[in-house]
Amino acid sequence: MVELIQVWLSRPNFIAFVILFLWGLYITVVHHNLVKKLIGLYLVQTSVIFFLVTTSAKSGATVPVLMSEAGSVNPEMYVNPLPHVLTLTAIVVQVATLGVSLALVSAIYRKFGSLHETEILNRLE
Amino acid sequence: MTYSFELPLLVLLILTAGGAIVVKDLISAVIILGSYSFFLAIVWAWLGAVDVAFVEAVVGAGLATVFFLLTLFGAAPKDTLIRRTPPPIAAVIALPVLGLLLLYAADDLPAFGDLQAPASVHVSPYYLQNSLSDTQTPNVVTAVLMDYRALDTMMETAVIFTAGIACWLILRRRAS
Repeated sequence: MVELIQVWLSRPNFIAFVILFLWGLYITVVHHNLVKKLIGLYLVQTSVIFFLVTTSAKSGATVPVLMSEAGSVNPEMYVNPLPHVLTLTAIVVQVATLGVSLALVSAIYRKFGSLHETEILNRLE
Repeated sequence: MTYSFELPLLVLLILTAGGAIVVKDLISAVIILGSYSFFLAIVWAWLGAVDVAFVEAVVGAGLATVFFLLTLFGAAPKDTLIRRTPPPIAAVIALPVLGLLLLYAADDLPAFGDLQAPASVHVSPYYLQNSLSDTQTPNVVTAVLMDYRALDTMMETAVIFTAGIACWLILRRRAS
């Protein structure tokens, strides 16, 4: 058990990822307000991106911008650039999908006059 | 010692995320979510992912907050119903189990900052060593995004275009 706690303490980013991911997922499932659900979904998305960026870290390395023009590059001097590229695309697509879901929410409000899930279901019947 | 700068940021991250969910007023919740995005951008800049930090600060904290606010100005800005229904049993059971599985798997992940992590030794040294001679760009992230993977970036713009069309189709008022 002590060993397991040491494992967790040596990966603080992973613990933060787990807390944010589960919290966001719980709110997305349980909360009745549609905008709050989207906030939960946003937390899930950003926590996964946070986890991916964490895998790119190398201790003692700097940002992936090459410092000198000449000579061979030592890969241990720079952090891994590939997760950065993939998450850049993911962030932009995340905000695009967020925009579409917010448009749906505001269309729902226009039609039913409420953002509350159970009220909307009552008015549908 | 390595974490002395980062740990307060992680605590702030979790506090702002919790605040965005707990606060009743939806506009306050969205503003707190914007500050959450800024803290996330600071953590990423600390991890060396400056490009991701820029994009999160501009697109995540700026644009997403503006989208939320535009929605809320046209809708009720209060989380009015105080009465809470009990959460479904499936969520209460399944999510802690998922959390325990994730924490149990933490042992198999490479340690934070490990130089020999699988992600750091497989293909990424190629890009770091050859991108300058291939593309004449000192920033490796830009070289991969705009040169090696330019087709992906083009399809990403197609996704954004589709999202824009979808928003327009949803929000236009029909002449009835």
